[in-house]
Amino acid sequence: MNTAALPITIRNVTKKYGQVFALNDVSLDVKSGEFLTLLGPSGSGKTTLLMVLAGFTRPDAGSLRFGADEVIRKPPHQRDLGMVFQNYALFPHMTVAGNVGYPLKLRKIPKKEIDARVENALDLVQLEGLGQRRIDQLSGGQKQRVALARSIVFEPRILLMDEPLSALDKKLRDQMQIELRRLHDRLGMTTVYVTHDQREALTMSDRIAVLNHGEIMQLATPQELYDHPQNKFVADFIGDSTFLAVEKSGRSLKAGGITLKTDSPVPKAENLSVMMRPERISLIEGKAGKNTNIFTAKVSNLVYQGESFLLYAELAGGAEVAVRGTIKGDRYTKLPKLGAKVKLGLDAADTIIIAD
Amino acid sequence: MQAPPMTNSDNHAAGLRRDERLEKLKLFGLASPALLLILVILVIPVGWLFYVSFVGADGSFSLENYQRMIESKSYARIFRTTFQVSFLTTAICILIGYPLAYFMAQLPQRLANLCLITVLLPFWTSLLVRTYAWLVLLQKRGLVNEWAMSIGLWDEPLKFVHNLNGTLIGMVHIMLPFLILPTYGAMKAIDKDYLKASSNLGASPVRAFWTVFFPLSTPGLFAGALMVFVLCLGFFVTPAVLGGGKVILVSMKIVSNIELFVNWGAASALGVVLLVLTMSILWIASRFLNFKNMVGGGQ
Repeated sequence: MNTAALPITIRNVTKKYGQVFALNDVSLDVKSGEFLTLLGPSGSGKTTLLMVLAGFTRPDAGSLRFGADEVIRKPPHQRDLGMVFQNYALFPHMTVAGNVGYPLKLRKIPKKEIDARVENALDLVQLEGLGQRRIDQLSGGQKQRVALARSIVFEPRILLMDEPLSALDKKLRDQMQIELRRLHDRLGMTTVYVTHDQREALTMSDRIAVLNHGEIMQLATPQELYDHPQNKFVADFIGDSTFLAVEKSGRSLKAGGITLKTDSPVPKAENLSVMMRPERISLIEGKAGKNTNIFTAKVSNLVYQGESFLLYAELAGGAEVAVRGTIKGDRYTKLPKLGAKVKLGLDAADTIIIAD
Repeated sequence: MQAPPMTNSDNHAAGLRRDERLEKLKLFGLASPALLLILVILVIPVGWLFYVSFVGADGSFSLENYQRMIESKSYARIFRTTFQVSFLTTAICILIGYPLAYFMAQLPQRLANLCLITVLLPFWTSLLVRTYAWLVLLQKRGLVNEWAMSIGLWDEPLKFVHNLNGTLIGMVHIMLPFLILPTYGAMKAIDKDYLKASSNLGASPVRAFWTVFFPLSTPGLFAGALMVFVLCLGFFVTPAVLGGGKVILVSMKIVSNIELFVNWGAASALGVVLLVLTMSILWIASRFLNFKNMVGGGQ
């Protein structure tokens, strides 16, 4: 890359469709060279925000800077950023090389240099020698790579990606996640990535902004987000979890029939829940550690999932929680049967109290 | 419950084959009335046309009908005029129709549908009525001339009818929907993301149009243009009325051969030549264009 990556500064961006806020006073800083993911359910505003960055959606108000330049009123073709579209948007009337060379041709780069750079970009996405193929001769994964090559061939300092992997099958998607991340580390441009797939976001991102109803619910690193969600929406959206209502009596907290021990701060709110992630709960057979919350429960369902099992158990209050465990050796056959009484352990370190 | 054991005779191969054959027969049966109709009103008459064109004045086999066409200069002129008029009509239709289709493709769906109806409206009016309406509008003391002279656009009545002008005006009007509909269809099928991508990659709106939108709309445009051109080659009513005998096309010569000279052989030969020319144009076009794409419009 001949130029350094650019930071993105988003300030108070608002976009209303009728009475509904697609973006409600959103402010966000994307650091130079960072891989930031906008994560949220459909209708959360994540795509709208990306379209505002690309210049395809005109917000009602707000400021947007790439580096030091204010770009909020700049038309898309002058923003000089790469974008990978959800459906790739490869031009069907051009070859692979025609598509990848298109942005260079627009920039009036000499033919010889275009050819060299196109070849380079195709090498980078492991499509060497496919330049003369027609677009309809490519597989989904190949199209994805061509779209990627086209978006980086002109060395933009910012790269936007709109759910680029959603059309691929799971195996290929997992592989591309790692590849995209490697490519980002190699080229170093600031990347804003949109997805509704939380695992994808956790896998690829430096930081994740979780959006809902046009607002940023939390902006944090994947680990912070998973381990310490700030609100119930994030806790619910990231990972699978069951929530148990918490009763406050004085300074102690009760849930599922026991008094809770927790290492994490308790939010100052009237109604609280405890977040129970299935893989953080263990089946206690012998003695438990001192810093473990122990719930008694009755097995209500058991699901085999290959590498792991999912055991559902009913607590004293009637709430059902899920427990996930890895399967090794003959563990699955030795699991408690339906109706059996079990003890479930949740370490105080994993006991996260969330405001409702 | 245990499933009963399978035996070899249980795999129904013969029965399944018979079902398959029966289904095909049924489909053929359903299509047979249409096939019969085509045979009766297309294949037999065209065959008869071929036959008659090779019958001379004395009733024996002869090439005189074709010989006359090659030797007589007037025939060459008629064919030239026919192609000229068809070409001009097609060109004007493209110039008027493409921008209109583009405009319609940008409109919100409800407005676009309204526009489509107004484009189609003339289709529901008789061809003769529309042609004579043009005659009334465009003649020497017609509405257009009277109005233009009254506000001083020109002083002498302009000659709009009974010449090439009138022929072209009338034919363009009749043919325009044939160009607009497939063009519009192709344009609607263009994914908006292509234009977004083009603009994201640095193309100004004008560049995006010429490098992405226009090339992707050409299958529809070519389909429409080809249809207009081919229809023009055999067009009779409108050029006959609005051309006023000054613009003689092949179709008119066929009519005069029968009505004036009662020469079925000559008329048939002209018909055959026109048919062969039209088929060759379609064949040549099919070498360059993908007909399958045209019908679907775009993709």
